[in-house]
Amino acid sequence: MSVTDELQNIAPAKLIVEGVSKTFSSRNGKVQALDNVSLEVGEGEFVCLVGPSGCGKSTLLNLIAGLEKPDSGRLLANGNPVNGPGRDRMVMFQEHALFPWLDVTGNVMFSLRLKPGLTEKERQDVAAYYLKLVGLERFAHSNIHELSGGMKQRVALARALAPNPRVLLMDEPFAALDAMTREQLYTDIQRIWAARKKTIIFVTHNVREAVCLGDRVVLFSRNPGRIREQFKVELPRPRDINSVELAAHSTEITRALKSHHVAQEVAE
Amino acid sequence: MKRVLIIVAFFAGLVGIWQAVCAAGIWSPVLLPEPLTVGRYLWAAILDGSLAESAWVTSKRLLIGYAIGCLLGLPMGLLTARSRWLSDTVGVLALGLQTLPSVCWVPLALLWFGQSEAAMLFVVVMGTLWSVLIAVDNGVRNLPPIYVRAARTMGSQGFHTLRSVILPASLPYVVSGMKQGWAFAWRSLMAAEIYVTILTGYGLGHLLHFGRELNSMDQVIGVMLVIVLIGLLADKVLFSPWERFLHHRWGTAKA
Repeated sequence: MSVTDELQNIAPAKLIVEGVSKTFSSRNGKVQALDNVSLEVGEGEFVCLVGPSGCGKSTLLNLIAGLEKPDSGRLLANGNPVNGPGRDRMVMFQEHALFPWLDVTGNVMFSLRLKPGLTEKERQDVAAYYLKLVGLERFAHSNIHELSGGMKQRVALARALAPNPRVLLMDEPFAALDAMTREQLYTDIQRIWAARKKTIIFVTHNVREAVCLGDRVVLFSRNPGRIREQFKVELPRPRDINSVELAAHSTEITRALKSHHVAQEVAE
Repeated sequence: MKRVLIIVAFFAGLVGIWQAVCAAGIWSPVLLPEPLTVGRYLWAAILDGSLAESAWVTSKRLLIGYAIGCLLGLPMGLLTARSRWLSDTVGVLALGLQTLPSVCWVPLALLWFGQSEAAMLFVVVMGTLWSVLIAVDNGVRNLPPIYVRAARTMGSQGFHTLRSVILPASLPYVVSGMKQGWAFAWRSLMAAEIYVTILTGYGLGHLLHFGRELNSMDQVIGVMLVIVLIGLLADKVLFSPWERFLHHRWGTAKA
């Protein structure tokens, strides 16, 4: 397999979540993280999951990633049932989760080393391509501890993109970063999404971030974790997080989020 | 360059103080020989080959025993950290035996193996094994679970995860455990060599012991210097590269 083949945009996957439930037992008894959740994500769609903490949005992400199994219901990625982790669905975690014993290139190449049919030279080229895509080609041989928080998340993004997945699962990847760095990353992630054509599921508790990035914003409520409401975002791209239109959209969604929250508090 | 100068000046100063104390004549030269006397002994011991032979005998015991201890301790530590059964059995045993000063193995080793190489190896292995095992176990337990999760999403599983994620991730613990194991092994071997005559070869400990028997303080101090030198050398050759790598990659401290 050549590098050009390896870098070719493959069709992004369609995801189907059907009646999925998941319960965790904790010290305070059972927590129903997800209750009969169904969701369909189109090919190449950018979907943001928003909700209060503990609403099960991260659990749903882990289920799609195959890191956990649902108690009931089923998950399909491109028509195939999800039975475990796979390089067609890559995850970007809130903590960068980069390996400190490898340098930047080593981290990006980790998954490529597990991918058969590539020579070492081809892996290097693929890694270099993605490091360039995230704007870190000058830091190819830096150590992880030498990078800033934003740069670490860029490496994590390059690492997630490297095996050319069809789906990118992002679990609050920018939550720990400062505002300036985040805004730059919003621009970059939109550019990369357009260039690499992935299906993206992006978990956040920041409504504005969700409106800035998503084609669709899915609102979750907790106890039990359910999908409350969905909003299509049809603003032109690339979007600017500071634009007035975007702010209007996010105000509307925030209002919905709050009303669910209040209703829930009253019910409890 | 400046660093080298400081180091040289420091040790030259120590020898100078030593010489000055001797010249003051407070202690008899039998008890405190001059630096030059010790130097003369060392030179003679180098020339007649006794020093090289003893150093070789001791190093061989140490290196072989240490290698066996690490080769056993590393996988055992990985296993006890991953399995509750092994942790409750082998793990507890290791914890207990680690508190036993390894020189306490000497009487048992002598009765089991006689005054032989096997007895020395056994003592060194016992000194190394448990502390390496516990360090690795500890390192693996302190691993952030996110590393293994991230590796799983990239298609890593089973033995690959163990070799390419769990082992390197616990490297800081592993290296410090191996260093501790080395220190234990070195101490216990010296004690054993001074304590008993091993018929299969005279090590540095024996040379030290003979020095005492012959009341020749130049030999005692000379051999002690060699023992210190070997310890220093081992640290620089065996562990410094690893520690430099750890500092460089993990950014824990400036080397």
